[in-house]
Amino acid sequence: MFRKTLADYPLAITAIALSLFGVAIVYSAGQTDIPTYVAPLWKTQLMWLGLGVLCAWGIGNSSVRLIEWATWPAYLLTLFTLASLLVLGAGTGANGHMRSWLAIGGHRLGQPAEIAKIVVVLMLAKVLAERREAPKSLLELWKPGLVVGIPFAMIMLQPDLGSAIVFVGIFFGMLFWSGVPWPLLVLLASPVVSLVLSFSTGLWGAWFLVLIALVLWYKPYLLEGIVLVVANVATGVIAPILWEKLAPYQQNRLKVFLDPSADPRASGYHVLQSKIAIGSGGLFGNGFTLGTQKRSGFLPEQHTDFIFAVVGEELGFIGVAVALTLFLALFLRATRIATRANDPFGSLAAFGLMSCWLVHVVVNIGMTLNLMPITGIPLPFFSYGGSFMLASWLGIGILLRISGEGRGQAGAIL
Amino acid sequence: MSVHPNDIARRSRIATLALGALILSLMVAFFNAQVLQHDRYKLQSQENRLRALPLPAPRGIIYDRYGNIIAENLPGYSVSIAPVNVDSLKSSLTHLASVITLSQDQINAAIRRFRRDPNRPTLIMSDASMSVVSVLEEHRINFPRFIIQSVPKRFYPDGPAVASFVGYTGEITDADLNSPAYAGYKPGQLIGKGGIEKEYEKVLRGTEGVRYDEVDARGRQVRQATPRLDLNPEPAPPLYTNIDMDLQRYVAGIFGDSLVGGAVALDPRDGGVLALYSAPSYDVNKFTGGIPADYWRSLLNDERRPLVNKTTQGRYPPGSTFKLVTAVTALQEGLVTLDSRMPTPCTGGFQYGNRTFHCWTYYSHRAGHGDITLSQAIEESCDVYFYQLGLKVGLANLIAGGVSLGMRETTGIDLPDEKRPLWPYAVDYYNKTYGARGWSNAVTLNLAIGQGENSQTVVNMARFYAALATDGNAPTPEIVKRTPVKTRIFKLSQEEMDGLRTALAGVVGQGTAQSARIQGIMLAGKTGTAQTGKFVNGVEQNHAWFVGFAPADKPTIVVAVMLEFGGHGGRAAHVASSIISHYLKVAPVTAVQTEG
Repeated sequence: MFRKTLADYPLAITAIALSLFGVAIVYSAGQTDIPTYVAPLWKTQLMWLGLGVLCAWGIGNSSVRLIEWATWPAYLLTLFTLASLLVLGAGTGANGHMRSWLAIGGHRLGQPAEIAKIVVVLMLAKVLAERREAPKSLLELWKPGLVVGIPFAMIMLQPDLGSAIVFVGIFFGMLFWSGVPWPLLVLLASPVVSLVLSFSTGLWGAWFLVLIALVLWYKPYLLEGIVLVVANVATGVIAPILWEKLAPYQQNRLKVFLDPSADPRASGYHVLQSKIAIGSGGLFGNGFTLGTQKRSGFLPEQHTDFIFAVVGEELGFIGVAVALTLFLALFLRATRIATRANDPFGSLAAFGLMSCWLVHVVVNIGMTLNLMPITGIPLPFFSYGGSFMLASWLGIGILLRISGEGRGQAGAIL
Repeated sequence: MSVHPNDIARRSRIATLALGALILSLMVAFFNAQVLQHDRYKLQSQENRLRALPLPAPRGIIYDRYGNIIAENLPGYSVSIAPVNVDSLKSSLTHLASVITLSQDQINAAIRRFRRDPNRPTLIMSDASMSVVSVLEEHRINFPRFIIQSVPKRFYPDGPAVASFVGYTGEITDADLNSPAYAGYKPGQLIGKGGIEKEYEKVLRGTEGVRYDEVDARGRQVRQATPRLDLNPEPAPPLYTNIDMDLQRYVAGIFGDSLVGGAVALDPRDGGVLALYSAPSYDVNKFTGGIPADYWRSLLNDERRPLVNKTTQGRYPPGSTFKLVTAVTALQEGLVTLDSRMPTPCTGGFQYGNRTFHCWTYYSHRAGHGDITLSQAIEESCDVYFYQLGLKVGLANLIAGGVSLGMRETTGIDLPDEKRPLWPYAVDYYNKTYGARGWSNAVTLNLAIGQGENSQTVVNMARFYAALATDGNAPTPEIVKRTPVKTRIFKLSQEEMDGLRTALAGVVGQGTAQSARIQGIMLAGKTGTAQTGKFVNGVEQNHAWFVGFAPADKPTIVVAVMLEFGGHGGRAAHVASSIISHYLKVAPVTAVQTEG
C-alpha cells in the first residue's frame, strides 16, 4: 500500500526542524575555548540523522501490518539483547558503572535500550489492541504489565534508572489511551507514590487516606483492594531499606534535586552550572556558539544530557520557546495521528511513541532547571548519540506510516 | 482498547490539554529563570568565569634627607595558585614539589592562607627565584591553576647599615589578621615588620589593584577579561626621612663587626634623627620573601642579640652621663650655682653612714679631685661631689627632677616597641620594692651618679642632651620628616646654660674625654662608665657611654653612643667624636687615650 500523496508533511517538517536545530546545538556544544573531543561530533550526529531519515523513509513506505507483524520477533530480539548486555555490556566513560552499551570486539555498537523503547511501545500496542474493551481491573493488566515489566527489570539491572522511568511513562500513557479509567491508573501508581511519600509520615498518612477513599469509591475486586492497601503499606515500610540499597551517587542525585547547593562541587555542580547557564542567557541569549558557561567548560555534558542548557544560554528564552513549541507541535501531531489512526494498533503505537518522547523531554528539560532529579536521559533530536537519533527517527517513520494509513487527510495541518 | 470515536475524541482532548499545560508550565519555568531572574544568574556566570587576581602595590620609596634611597622596590616574582578546595591544593603542591624545591613550611603556610581566604589566589612563594619561574613556565600546561606574577620586591641598598631603623617587610601573620589594627588585610599580603616600615605601614602600603582574568572550569586562564573592571595598583607616596645616609653608613662602618652597642645622632634643633644604628646589625634584604630559617635561628641564638635595637629597646645604667640630670635638677631648684663647692672635698672617697663611697679616681690612682666647683665636678666627673649634691637635693627632689627631665618616659621616636627607661616614680618606689626598712638614704648617692635603680635608652639620653644643647627644650626624635615637636623639660638662665655647655666642653677639652677632642670645633659631652656587675677574669665589664654635641657654642648635632661591655666611657667618646667630625667635616685630633 504505497500512498505517496498522503504523506504527513507537518510531522516530517517538525521532525526535520527539531533534528537540524539539534545538530546545530551539538555543533555549538563543541565550540569551547579549549577544544575537546566534542568539537567534531556534530558531523557524526549529522550522519546518524541522515541514516535515521533514510530508515524513516523506508518505514514510511512499508505498511502498518508489516510493522505489527515484525513486532513479536523484534520484541524477542530486544529481550535477548538486553539479557546479553547484562553479561557482556560495557559502560561509557561518564557512566562507567553502567552496562548499557552493546559492544562487539571492543567497538560500541549502540545502546539497545533506545531501540527497546520503540519495540516495547509496539509490543504494548499489539497486546492492548487485542482487547475490545479497556481493562477495568488490575488483574486484567497482567499481560501488558509483563510486556513492559521484563525489559523494565532488565534495564533496572544495568542499572539505567532514566530509561526505566521512560518505560513507566510509556506504560501509563498507553493505558490511558487504551481507555483504562483514571482511578485504576491512580491505584496502579499508588505503591510508587507510597514509596516516595514514605519519607514523611504525615504526607504518607494523608496519601493513604486518599487511597482508601479511592478504593471504596472505585470498588475493585476485594482481593485487589486488599493487595493494593497491603502493597502501599509494604512499600512505605521498605522505602528506607531501598534507600540504603541505592548506590551513593543515586542517593546524592536525589538529595541534590531537593537542594542543589547541598553539594555544589560534586553532584549539585551539574545542576547549578546548568541553571546558571540557562539563567544567564536572558531573553535573547549570548548568541549562537557564544555561551560563556559552555565555552569555558563550566557546563557539564553539554552535548548530551545538558544540551538544552546550551539552547538556554546561547539562544535565550526565545530559543527555548521555539524548541518547546516544536516539541509541542510534535506531540500534538502524534496525538492527532493516534486519534485518526485506522486501527487500535496504530493508534496505540502513535500515542505510545508520543509518550516516550514526552517523558524524555519533560524529564530532560526539567532536569536542566532542577525541576526533575538528574536521571541522565537524553533529549530527543538534540542530545548527541547515534542509537537515540536512529530510534527517534524510526519512531517518526512509524508515525508517518500510521498517519498515511489513517482517516482523513494525512497532510492537513489540523 | 475502546475504539468508539467519542471515547477517542475525549481522550484526545484530554491529552491535548495536558500536553499544552505541561509545555506551558515548562515555558513559565524558563521565563522565570531566564527573564525574571536573569540578573542573578548573569552575575553568577561572571563570578564563575572571572578570577580576581590581586596586584600588590609598590610600597612607598624611603629617602634620606638628601634624596638618597633607603628602601626601594625591585621587580620580583610571586607564585600563587587558585585552588578549588584544600584537597586539590594539597595535590597541586605535592605535584609542584616534584618539580621545584618546596619546604614543608611553605606548603603548610599555603594551606593556612587558603583556609583563611579561599576566594583569593593562595600565595605559595612571595619571592620566587628566576630559576623557579622558568621551571614553572616550562611546565605551565601541567599547572593550569598556578599564577606567576610580577610583583614589587623590597630592596634596601644599604641592607645591614639601615636595618636598625628601617625594619623589613614580611607576610602578615595570623595574629595580625585577627587584630583590628590590620582590618582589611588579606592573607599573603606584605606588611612592614619593625622599624619605620611598620611604624608607617599605613603610609607605605599603597593600594592593592586587581585584574580580572577569564578562566575556564579547570582554572586555566583563557584571556584577560574586560580591562574596564580592572583596578591598577596605586603606589604609595615616597617617605622622606631625616636620616643622613652618608653619616649612617659611616656609623655602621665605625661599629664594624667588633663593637656591640648603639649610637643615635640627632639634630638638636628639630629632633631630626641623622643616624641610628644598633650593632651588631643584620641584612634586612635576606628577610625579603620570607626569612631563611637558619639565618633567623642564627640571629636568635646570637648572644649579642642583634634583633634587639640597642638604641630604643636596650636599657643600660647611664653612668656619669646622668650627672647632668642631677646638676640640672640642683640648678633648677636654686640649691647651687656652677661655682658652688661641696662641704667635703674629694679625697677619693666619701663616708656616708657606715660605708665609704668611692670616687672613680680611687680605683685608678687612689687620689681625689680636691675642693672643686660644680663646673669642675662635671669636667672631672667627680663622684664625691655628686654624692653630696644628690644629698643636698634630697631623694624626693632628685627622683622628681629625673621624672620631669623625661627619665621614665619614652622619647616618642617614630619606631615601634620603644622601651620606657627605668627610673623610680617617687620615694614610695623604694618602700614598695624593698619594704619601708629595707633601704637607706644611701640610694640617693647611687642615683646621683647614674647608678642604682636607673636604666636609660640611648635615644633618651640623646634627647636629654639635645635639651642641654639648646635651651631646655627636648625635641621628640623624628626619623621621618614631619613637624618638629619640642617639650620644655627644664628652664635655666642663659648663663647657667652656657656654663653647663662650657663645663661639658671642658670634659672633652681637659677632662675625661680628651681623646674625643676635635680640632677647630668645640665638642661638648659627657662620658659614662656604667658598672654592670659582670666580671670577666676579675675585671668588671662596664658599659661605655658618651653623650655629647657640637659645636659646643652652637650645636647642630647631638650624639649618644653606648658600647655594651665596652669598658671606659673614653672609648665611646672616641666613637662619638669620629661620628661628629665626619658629620661636621672636620678632622679630629689624634686620639690620646687618658685615664678616666
